[in-house]
Amino acid sequence: MTMKASSRQVDGVMIVDLSGRITLGEGSVVLRDTVKDLSTQGHKKILLNLGNVTYIDSSGIGELVSAFTSIRNAGGDLKLLNLTKKVHDLLQITKLYTVFDILDDEASAVSAFNR
Amino acid sequence: MNATRVSYTLDSTLASVNKAEQAAAEVAAKLCFDPDDCGRISMAVREATVNAILHGNRYDPSKRVTISFESTPEALTVAVRDEGEGLDPTTLPNPLAPENLLKQSGRGIFLIQTFMDEIHFRNLSPGNEITMIKFIRAAGHGGNKEDNQ
Repeated sequence: MTMKASSRQVDGVMIVDLSGRITLGEGSVVLRDTVKDLSTQGHKKILLNLGNVTYIDSSGIGELVSAFTSIRNAGGDLKLLNLTKKVHDLLQITKLYTVFDILDDEASAVSAFNR
Repeated sequence: MNATRVSYTLDSTLASVNKAEQAAAEVAAKLCFDPDDCGRISMAVREATVNAILHGNRYDPSKRVTISFESTPEALTVAVRDEGEGLDPTTLPNPLAPENLLKQSGRGIFLIQTFMDEIHFRNLSPGNEITMIKFIRAAGHGGNKEDNQ
């Protein structure tokens, strides 16, 4: 399954709904390009909705980290929403669960940006 | 001892990574590993194949990756071999160290170590081979290294 990304804005937060596999190759590139475009457009509050991400490999994890650091370096913030158990476990194993701000509810996540 | 062995020779392309992952998932399912372990095994094989193609063969179309699956009643052993310059596993940085947490790469072998019961490296001069073993547990084949620690 190829990776898809679509963006929508809620209360000043750009929510990126991702679906499919974030793996080396196309999946990682779609994520990278999407976040880069949003950053170029000046968006600083980005919420990645991973609820429909079925699989992620080490390259995909690296792409999440890269997106996080690039948005942070630009003075913004990037949070994660709706992790599946598989993605949750991977972020825990790699200790990235402590790095990312991870939320399960979209309204709470949007509020968290605006506190 | 009953042993079954299957091997594949693959091009150094990204398409081969998905083939290797799919083959691993099928072999693991046939051996009745539980779905979680099937996922761990297929991801370990995927990561090893990515390393072989990306870091070993560097996408060189003249070089191949060989993957073999050998199963016995006790274990599944997967060997992934490339034709690259070899790898010194002792030089790999720890991806869990605070200074490495935000690095984009360097987690593949760590995930393999986490998901499989044993891994071994062999320098083939030229080439590198990583051998990964997952033991078949009597009680439904469940459990993994994280659970057993």
